[in-house]
Amino acid sequence: MTTHSPRFWRCIPQRYRLTGTHCTMCNEYYFPPRTICPNCRRDAKMEEHKFKGTGTVVTYTIIHNATEDFERQTPYNLAIIELDEGPRLTGQVVSSKSGIKIGMRVRPVFRILGKEGERGIIYYGTKFVPIED
Amino acid sequence: MPSGIVSYGVYIPRFRIRASEIARIWGESEDIGRSLNVFEKAVPDMDEDAVTIAVEAARHAVDRAGLDPCRIGAIYSGSESHPYAVKSTGTIVGEAICTSPAFTAADFEFACKAGTAAIQACLGLVSSGLIDLGLAIGSDVSQGAPGDALEYTAAAGGAAYVIGSRDLAAEIESFYSFTTDTPDFWRREGMPYPEHGGRFTGEPAYFKHVTSAAKGLMNKISVTPEDYDYAVFHQPNGKFPVRVARKLGFTKEQIEPGLVVPHIGNTYSGSCLIGLAATLDVARPGDRIFVTSFGSGAGSDAFSIKVCDKIEEIREGAPSVRDYIAKAQYLDYAVYAKHKGKLRL
Amino acid sequence: MRSVSIIGVGCTKFGERWDSSLRDMALEAGVLAISDAGIAGEDIGAMYVGNMSGGRFIDQEHIGALIADCVGLSRLHIPSTRVEAACASGGLALRQAILAVASGYQDIVIAAGVEKMTDVSSGTAADALSAAADREWETFFGATFPALYAMIARLHMRKFGTTQEQLAEVAVKNHHHGYLNPLAQYHMELKVEDVLKSPMVADPLHIMDCSPITDGAAALVLAPTEVARKYCDTPIKIIGTAQASDTLALHDRREITTLDATVHAARAAFSQARIEPSQIDVAEVHDCFTIGEILAIEDLGFVEKGQGGKAAEDGVTCLGGKMPVNTSGGLKACGHPVGATGIKQACEIALQLRGQAGKRQVDEAEIGLAHNVGGSGGTALVHIFSR
Repeated sequence: MTTHSPRFWRCIPQRYRLTGTHCTMCNEYYFPPRTICPNCRRDAKMEEHKFKGTGTVVTYTIIHNATEDFERQTPYNLAIIELDEGPRLTGQVVSSKSGIKIGMRVRPVFRILGKEGERGIIYYGTKFVPIED
Repeated sequence: MPSGIVSYGVYIPRFRIRASEIARIWGESEDIGRSLNVFEKAVPDMDEDAVTIAVEAARHAVDRAGLDPCRIGAIYSGSESHPYAVKSTGTIVGEAICTSPAFTAADFEFACKAGTAAIQACLGLVSSGLIDLGLAIGSDVSQGAPGDALEYTAAAGGAAYVIGSRDLAAEIESFYSFTTDTPDFWRREGMPYPEHGGRFTGEPAYFKHVTSAAKGLMNKISVTPEDYDYAVFHQPNGKFPVRVARKLGFTKEQIEPGLVVPHIGNTYSGSCLIGLAATLDVARPGDRIFVTSFGSGAGSDAFSIKVCDKIEEIREGAPSVRDYIAKAQYLDYAVYAKHKGKLRL
Repeated sequence: MRSVSIIGVGCTKFGERWDSSLRDMALEAGVLAISDAGIAGEDIGAMYVGNMSGGRFIDQEHIGALIADCVGLSRLHIPSTRVEAACASGGLALRQAILAVASGYQDIVIAAGVEKMTDVSSGTAADALSAAADREWETFFGATFPALYAMIARLHMRKFGTTQEQLAEVAVKNHHHGYLNPLAQYHMELKVEDVLKSPMVADPLHIMDCSPITDGAAALVLAPTEVARKYCDTPIKIIGTAQASDTLALHDRREITTLDATVHAARAAFSQARIEPSQIDVAEVHDCFTIGEILAIEDLGFVEKGQGGKAAEDGVTCLGGKMPVNTSGGLKACGHPVGATGIKQACEIALQLRGQAGKRQVDEAEIGLAHNVGGSGGTALVHIFSR
């Protein structure tokens, strides 16, 4: 019945703990992790890096129409966030009394990302809240 | 060897609903908050559950004392609202806080005292030297059936305790448990809401077990309420803990810092543990805290705790209970029902 | 490499085609195109079919063989290839067909595109479309396809002062063009207020800023330029074809408000064609959302970066303006049957250059451009055509 377990499981370190990679050759940080550095390619020297999770909102939208999986949560904020170490990711910004704006500082929280229906697994992962909260 | 609390962490969701709002919907007196001594309760966000709360509390516990999570050899998470009936919350917490895989885990259930039972299990493993650190968590997003009395108090929140035998912030000097088969409150497998025995949950259940465990501990280690600076009792509402404290000879001042239920409701497995955390937030080295939990079904765990010097070093390392109580955002009943999944779509 | 020309075009009506299946529409477009080219089935050397997601929409893969079969060519056993690059599937199918002819490997080749999107619920369609984004790192976290373009719009508004009204002008213009196109999904004129008052989908994009769910098919017949006049009075020469890729996820782009894939493909295409953007008389660009057209006219080099909103507002890109864009109605008003769009764009340019665009004819159009994008910019195709 439920088919996505392995695909979700593989990415648990990234979704739960923001584990990415760092190329010690060119000093670039990657999240999600890249096994190959686009700058150095086969000359890359990659090591694991756990990101702090704090960052800044680069751009955002407020989603009113979502796919079935997210329909109940609308409207919700989605943003592109630049982590302090450099890489950017896409994530939800929740529990914000002050709304959302470009330049807002955020920190990570552990939340439910979704569920495979009533009977399937629960996808946990990282969302973001304003840093002062 | 002495064992006890190396660190602690709490998490309380930011949303609240006032008792008066619930009363408004069900046609009860809007003054009901005063009769329960519970004025508002914490409500989880739509993407929070007992696991996310456990993770946030556990992360705070680890961060507060700057601990290496790989030292944790056991994770026991207690709840009445584990999202999986089969698949341990402890596994998810472990991955989220970056332990190594070298730990044991299992989920606990004993109504509101699952968290203190988890602490006892960790104490066993730690003081026998079998593990270095244990993580005991009590977290819940408890459900009260719409229109039922429990709806006023069933709340969301959790606390996590790192148990160890060195660098103690507070030593657990002793404990005593009292457990019987008393069906005062239960939930059958697959049912969404619990059942309760009304007034039967009072004297034969809560009061009998809390007083028996408390007196049992006081006899065991020859102490009296005067030997303690603080006391924390399980808080199903704001009246029972006040009454049982008085019955046992503890004062209002002793229980005051730990009495959080008027502001956040009954967080079930988190209740006593959040009350204890609120007390640790203000206690000073040398202070003694008397804690007695209660779980329906029924049982109580009583603990005698002595605060150590290290508490001052670690206290500021994570948010306090008051910090969370202050971050309140109020909902009306409709939004609350949506958050709690009470609306069948 | 020899020169390639379009000798036949065919396009179905776009819209909610309840009575037509994917097979029906592919056949319809195919027959129109080969009749237009005056060729026989036996003349066809190969077929390339753009289709984004037969699997998610109609549980059907193996589209290449399916289309060759249902258009009656199974006994000729021609090579038939399904091409996928999300919303750029059609443009990429065209490119593959061009390369087959240019290389000398094939002579007469069909480039087609088809998508049947209304056999599933709109929720399923939206989810299928979001596979054009990064499933693991965008969609999984709650991103929808409109949300990605909305984030581009939000930043474009912040950086360049683009307004919601300017975005709305793109929709108004394209509906005006679509009104003149008998094959378009929508034949209704819009006003800016209509767009701004329509429900918000992903702030700042309203539903009227978004292209619809559409069924449709289109086909082209390509031949070597040296023999094109045997088949058709006005063969349309392909003077530039280019394709470029970029990161799949929007958050990995060098610059969120520029589609580098478009920039690179455009540069290569213009260089091949040996012309400047200012020499383009008419263009079909990828307006999956209104902001998409604004980005396109900037990244293709028609206007300076950041000036796209103003160009829309000033009517530069309207029929009758300096540089008409999306005379077909664009994806917005003509509709966006994903795999077919890139081919439809080329059909529209061919009609314009032939002087057969009816009420939406751009006077004396000599050189045209088609621009097709996959996802939020992971793939871009640019083709340049001349009379």
